[in-house]
Amino acid sequence: MNPRVYCIATNTFREAVRDRVLYNLIAFALLLSGAAVLVGQISIDIERLVVINLGLTAVSLFGIVIAIFIGIGLVAKEIDKKTLYTVLSRPVRRWEFIAGKFFGLAGTLVVNTTFMAIGVFAALLYVSHHLQGSDSGVLVALYFIVLQFVMITALALLFSTFSSPLLSAVFAFSLFVIGSFAEDLRGIARLTHGAAGWLETGVAYLVPNFSALNVISQVAHGEAVAPQLIAYNTAYTLVYTLAVLAGAVLIFERRNLK
Amino acid sequence: MSSRRVTDAAALLLLLSMAVSVLLVRQVDQLRAGATLQEVLYISSPKLLKRLSLGYDGLLADVYWTRAVQYYGGMHHAGGGNYELLAPLLNITTQLDPHLIPAYEFGGTFLSAKPPRGAGLPQKAVELVEYGIHNNPDDWHLYYDLGFIYYMDLKDYSGAADAFRRGSQTPNAHPFLRILAAQMAEHGGDTQTARMLWSATFQTTHDDHVKANAASHLRALQVDQDVSDLERAVEIYRQRTGRLPASFVDMAAAGLLRGIPQDPLGQPYRLTSDGKVEVTDPDDLPFVENGLPASYVPPVVPKITPVE
Repeated sequence: MNPRVYCIATNTFREAVRDRVLYNLIAFALLLSGAAVLVGQISIDIERLVVINLGLTAVSLFGIVIAIFIGIGLVAKEIDKKTLYTVLSRPVRRWEFIAGKFFGLAGTLVVNTTFMAIGVFAALLYVSHHLQGSDSGVLVALYFIVLQFVMITALALLFSTFSSPLLSAVFAFSLFVIGSFAEDLRGIARLTHGAAGWLETGVAYLVPNFSALNVISQVAHGEAVAPQLIAYNTAYTLVYTLAVLAGAVLIFERRNLK
Repeated sequence: MSSRRVTDAAALLLLLSMAVSVLLVRQVDQLRAGATLQEVLYISSPKLLKRLSLGYDGLLADVYWTRAVQYYGGMHHAGGGNYELLAPLLNITTQLDPHLIPAYEFGGTFLSAKPPRGAGLPQKAVELVEYGIHNNPDDWHLYYDLGFIYYMDLKDYSGAADAFRRGSQTPNAHPFLRILAAQMAEHGGDTQTARMLWSATFQTTHDDHVKANAASHLRALQVDQDVSDLERAVEIYRQRTGRLPASFVDMAAAGLLRGIPQDPLGQPYRLTSDGKVEVTDPDDLPFVENGLPASYVPPVVPKITPVE
């Protein structure tokens, strides 16, 4: 990695840790351990299902909230505190700043998710006393959740380059919700004809395809995820993130910071 | 690298990446065909979904209704099937939003129609529409749809008459419901009753597809009637002359016809050498029962001609 990008990324990670972002792990641990103990008392034969559903949903929601609320301040905060000028007065290009911020937050989320994943498997082990082969699906679901974080981080960063933090949060969260229904959107577009159909198709392909990254219900029921889907989702996330970051660089390069 | 070159590279990267992402989404869609519908298998309880929707149950009902339409459309175009998810999808939709009238009207039709055009579950359709009536007792359209299902798919003429009668008692009910109730009670199995029903649908619907479907059924009823009448005329000709007519010209010369008879789309009927009357292009006349060539295999998806 470019040393300047690496430096900004590590500083972003340190800043997130200093901001007590990882404290969410305590809330997550309490939620999951509480659920693991309670579910054994109140449900019959769906302990694993509840733990997987609850655990993965919590991982996803915690991460999305962090990605959005940290992501939207990545650039805006630096401008507010005027620290951006100090950074850019050094031999750091604007695109390097964007890339570094992105890798820093994405790295924070990966570390955060790793700890949460350990929590999910610990709770799973607690309720069923052993792990099964089908539990590897949980790892795939966790991987897809990380892919969601990567895209959301890039989107939050994109909005952060030109909008206020509040509006950026609204935009990023709206895109997350819309993207979760992306498959429905494309279905509707297929049924629509004429100019409206073209417009809907364009929008349906423009929004991030989060729906294909949510396999929580599937893995909770022990169903395998096709290896091709893992490959396509990985490629899609990389390409889409690249497009969003390119957009962020495009805007940030042209932005008048005086 | 200058700022200009960075922006050029970023713009190029943006366009290329978006183009590749579209291709990848298409691949993912192929892998996950119908994936959104599979959720029904995981969470089939409308009550649970209502709670999970956090109060946005109207929006979720719209999503499920759209999914039901897509599911039906997809299965229909694929040549039918067992439509196993249709009833749960409609059940979830209507329980999330009990006032979503189109879900009862169209959903009832999707459920009741015989395969491959529908799920062939008229009893489920009756339950769905009755649930709609329970929640929307003043909407006469639902009683009309219920009567239609009783008449068309269950051949239960008294049930149909009762549905029309109940509908005629609602405020703002269309006057034809009272007539339909009477006609159904007395002449349930008559062609005239079927014509009245499809005419009523044609005149009252605002949906182009429903209108075109009603027009197709009306044309089919007309063809069935025409073919019966023409074959009767052929028999009269045979009794008079002792032989079958070689063409409709012979029958016109004998005073049995005014000219070459045409179907409702303007195509001439054909007279076969064994005295049978056939339509020229059966694909253009779906739902026809009389006058189809012996070797004719109807398409899986009926060709519905749009109404101009």
